[in-house]
Amino acid sequence: MATHPDLAPNAERIRVSHLCVSYHGVVALHEVSLRVNAGSICGLVGTNGAGKSTLFKALMGFVRPSQGEISINGLPLRQALRRQAVAYVPQMESVDWNFPIHVANVVMMGRYGGMNLLRIPGRDDHRAVRESLERVELWPLRHRQIGELSGGQRKRAFLARALAQGASVLLLDEPFAGVDIRTERLMIELFQQFRAEGRSLLISTHDLSHVTGFCDEVVLINKTVLAYGDTSEVFTEENLARTFGGSPAQLLTSPGLEPRPEPGSEPWRSEP
Amino acid sequence: MDPLLWLLEPLRHDFMVRALLVSALVAGVCGLLSCFMTLKGWALMGDAVSHAVMPGVVIAYALNLPFALGAFVFGVGSVAAIGYIKQMTRIKEDTVIGLVFTGFFALGLTLVSKVRSTFDLTHILFGNVLGISGEDIRQTVLISLLVLLVLLLFRRDLILFCFDPTHARSIGVNTGFLHYLLLSALSLAAVAGLQTVGIILVVAMLVTPGATAYLLTDRFDRMTWIAIGSAILSSVLGIYWSYWMDASTAGCIVLVQTGLFLLSFLFAPRHGLLAQQRR
Repeated sequence: MATHPDLAPNAERIRVSHLCVSYHGVVALHEVSLRVNAGSICGLVGTNGAGKSTLFKALMGFVRPSQGEISINGLPLRQALRRQAVAYVPQMESVDWNFPIHVANVVMMGRYGGMNLLRIPGRDDHRAVRESLERVELWPLRHRQIGELSGGQRKRAFLARALAQGASVLLLDEPFAGVDIRTERLMIELFQQFRAEGRSLLISTHDLSHVTGFCDEVVLINKTVLAYGDTSEVFTEENLARTFGGSPAQLLTSPGLEPRPEPGSEPWRSEP
Repeated sequence: MDPLLWLLEPLRHDFMVRALLVSALVAGVCGLLSCFMTLKGWALMGDAVSHAVMPGVVIAYALNLPFALGAFVFGVGSVAAIGYIKQMTRIKEDTVIGLVFTGFFALGLTLVSKVRSTFDLTHILFGNVLGISGEDIRQTVLISLLVLLVLLLFRRDLILFCFDPTHARSIGVNTGFLHYLLLSALSLAAVAGLQTVGIILVVAMLVTPGATAYLLTDRFDRMTWIAIGSAILSSVLGIYWSYWMDASTAGCIVLVQTGLFLLSFLFAPRHGLLAQQRR
């Protein structure tokens, strides 16, 4: 695959400093600072309403922070977004699988940001789509309507779109929700390849078993960053208790179960 | 009756030729737009906008302005009102839509009753394509071509906007612009459509062909061609039918559309009722 200019070695992919976001006066994120290095898989762990999706929105430039800054690849966020540096891989439940569109067209949508206003694909665009589909082994299925794909193939199609976009930062929203073991292994394998190419992945999840498995770094978040660093250092009982409330030992031994926050511990639930 | 006579006899009348040409154009454009409406889930919005344009049309007529202008202002205005009320209160969206469009429609109805001398209420409610005037034809054709041009130019962006607005935004596509572009197209198409079938039934033009086509194919390109084709066929057959039966033109056009939908609903190769039961 052709090397994207933004994939050149660069110590720092994401830098968030002192980020504050509030919706209608309700604080969603407060003083969030973190750094994700090139070629790193970072888990973003927190309960529902802890601000994971707000942080993603901030990284995609959807919300205007009341304070703080974000830079990607050393560039201010806006500039990085214009260079197609950030790709968002949606939760599978949020996709309309009956939409009359086929796999290659979904992947081609990853290229739209770099095209002219009429979005007429050029030779480079077709090549990028082909290479991306070959990477995730979906090239033979490129003419399938997206709903005809299996669960694992669907995930791969959207990863291919991020690849076609040439993004150096991938934001993955609960990528393992409702995925069987085989697909999960395949995805992790792909994630590790992406990491080897110097891309960085920020993976939001509330399932701790995945984080310890393959994340290099972890951010524990509950409106603000509670702990952040190498997975082994961050994953202490104390930190997890602060993130989720309740008994963390229980959480770690029952992977797949969504940690249940104590009643009233989620005052930020109303986040849109 | 001789089928050739059935086909050719009505064409001796200029008003029939005009009606056929105008409604075929309008139906084709509305058919194309209906694909986006179906996929975006904007059917209710289409109903709302098509009713809400009424006061705009009446005011435009009274002030001797192009009716498209009035329709556009009130169509987009109604959507802005819906968005604003939804945002500022805890009322659910479908309630807000119902509330706003009936309010606008009632305003239109009241206005019509005050300017009745120059204006026939039944024409705006139920369409008057057989008696369409030269000036109305000119405006309708212009509007239709404008909407067609916009939909063709922004086709790919609009598909992306319907399919995955989050991704669209994240790669720098201006989704706010697309939202209002599609709404403007909807307002304009509604006012073109009401020339042929009237306000009450125009939503059928904006929804049914898309729904019919959606059951028949999994390809967007084919969906648009089927929708356009079925819309044009419906309007032509509907007008012939209304001519020979001396029945409501709008009613006939929409009945044919509904009939085509039922055929597709029953016999669509993969998504039809029979195909699903055989599985």
